[in-house]
Amino acid sequence: MPVVLDAVRIGRTLTRIAHEILERHVTPGGPGDIVRLAFVGIRTRGVPIARRLASAIHEINGQEIPTGALDITLYRDDLMRHAVGPQPVIRRTEIPFSIDDKRILLVDDVLYTGRTIRAALDALIDFGRPKAIQLIVLVDRGHRELPIKADYVGKNLPTSLSQSVQVHLTEIDGRDDVEIQDA
Amino acid sequence: MKKDLLGIGDLTRDEIYLILDTAEAMREIGQRPIKKVPTLRGKTVVNLFYEPSTRTRTSFEIAEKRLSADTLNIAVAASSVLKGETLADTAMNIEAMAPDVIVLRHASSGACHLLSRICKSRVINAGDGMHEHPTQALLDAFTIREHKKRIDGLNVTIVGDLLHSRVLRSNVLLLTQLGADVCVCGPSTLVPIGIERLGVRVSTRVDEAVRDADVIMMLRIQQERMHGAFFPSVREYFNTFGMTPARVARAKPDVIIMHPGPMNRGIEISSEVADGPYSVILEQVANGVSVRMAVLYLLAGGVEGD
Repeated sequence: MPVVLDAVRIGRTLTRIAHEILERHVTPGGPGDIVRLAFVGIRTRGVPIARRLASAIHEINGQEIPTGALDITLYRDDLMRHAVGPQPVIRRTEIPFSIDDKRILLVDDVLYTGRTIRAALDALIDFGRPKAIQLIVLVDRGHRELPIKADYVGKNLPTSLSQSVQVHLTEIDGRDDVEIQDA
Repeated sequence: MKKDLLGIGDLTRDEIYLILDTAEAMREIGQRPIKKVPTLRGKTVVNLFYEPSTRTRTSFEIAEKRLSADTLNIAVAASSVLKGETLADTAMNIEAMAPDVIVLRHASSGACHLLSRICKSRVINAGDGMHEHPTQALLDAFTIREHKKRIDGLNVTIVGDLLHSRVLRSNVLLLTQLGADVCVCGPSTLVPIGIERLGVRVSTRVDEAVRDADVIMMLRIQQERMHGAFFPSVREYFNTFGMTPARVARAKPDVIIMHPGPMNRGIEISSEVADGPYSVILEQVANGVSVRMAVLYLLAGGVEGD
C-alpha cells in the first residue's frame, strides 16, 4: 500500500497547523482569541490529533488549550437504516469544560463525505453555544456530499471513490502514517 | 443481540459486557445541559405495565426520552384489561399500531415470552412474575463494576426472599456467568428447590453468609406474593435475617450494600444500613437510566435474519 504521509511528514504537518492556529488567533501584543480556544477531537483518531496540536501549541507559546473527545455515533444519519447487523459501538464523550462562547477547533483525521462533521456539529450544539466552530483535518480526500469545508487541512489528497484512506497514529495503531488503498 | 431482551439467560458474556460498556458511554448524556440525543427519533416505545412500578417505569421512560423516542405508558388500572381483555389480545391490538419496542411488566412468569412470539416489535422484559428482571441485574452489575472495577472473583451474598424474586434469578445468572462467587441466603421456606444447580452456595445463616463479602445484595420480602406462612413474624424475620450494622461488619471493610427497591425498612434492612456510607442503593437507581438507554439503543438496531 502506498504511504502518502510518513511519520516525519505527519509531525511537520501538525506543527504547521499549530502555527497557523496561532497566526489566526493571536493578535500582536496581546493574547487575542487564544484564551477562548478549545480543541474537540472526534473519536477515534481525531482525539490523538487534537492532543498533539494542543501540546504543539504549548511548546510554541506555553499556552494550555483545553481538549475534549466527542463520539458522534448517536448522531449518525445512517444509524437506524440498516436492517441487518449489530449497532455500532458507542464510546464515551468527554468534554470537561463549557463550550459556551468558546472558539471550538473540531479535529478529525479524514474529511470525506462530510456526514461525520454534520453529526459532530449537531452533537456540539447540544453542549452549548460556541462563539464559532472551525474544522481541522489531517487529510481531505474530497467527494463531499454536504456543504462542508475544512478551515485547516494537513494534506489535500485527490482520491477515487473506490480507494480508501487509512490514517494510523502511534497512540492507537502503534505507528504514524497515512496509506491509500485501492479496492 | 437477539430481537428481544427476555432474560439474562439469552445473553452471552460478550453481549453483557457490550451492554455495560454502552451504558458507560450513555451516562455522560445525563450530565449535559441538554439531556437528549436524537438516536431513536421517530421510534415508538410502549411501556405496558400490568404491575405497580415506580422506579422501573420512570427509569425506562426517562431512558426512552433521552434517546428521543416517542413513549406512551399503558397502566393497566386504566385500560381495557379491566374489561376482560387477555394479554395476547391487548398485545395484538397494540401491535396493530406498529410500535417499535414494547416494555412489559407482568405478574405471570413467561408473559414476555408469549408477547415475543406474537409480536414483531422488540420486547423488553421489565419483570415477569417470579422469573426474570434482566435490566435490574444489568444495572446491579454496572454498579458493582463501577465500585470494584471487576466482577470476576468477587464474593456476592444475596439475602432475603429468594423464592419470589425475579431479581435473584437474573442476578444469579448474570453474576455466575461473569465469574463471581455467589452465596444466597434466606429462611429455608423461601429457598427455591434446586437453586444450587445455578452454581450458587446456599446458606440459611446470614452471619455466616456475609463473611468476607465484597457485595451484599438485599431482596425485598414480597408479602404480596406470599400465600401462606413462610416465617412466624416480620419481627422474627428481621432478627434472624435483617441486615444490621453488626452483620455488615462481618463482611469486607469495603463492602457495598445493594437493594433493588422498594425497601421494607425494619424488615429486611435496618435504616442505619440503608442510609449508611456503604449503601449504593440510590446509585443503582441512577445507573438504571444509563443501562436502559444502552439496552434500547442496542435492541433498536438491525437483527440478524430480519
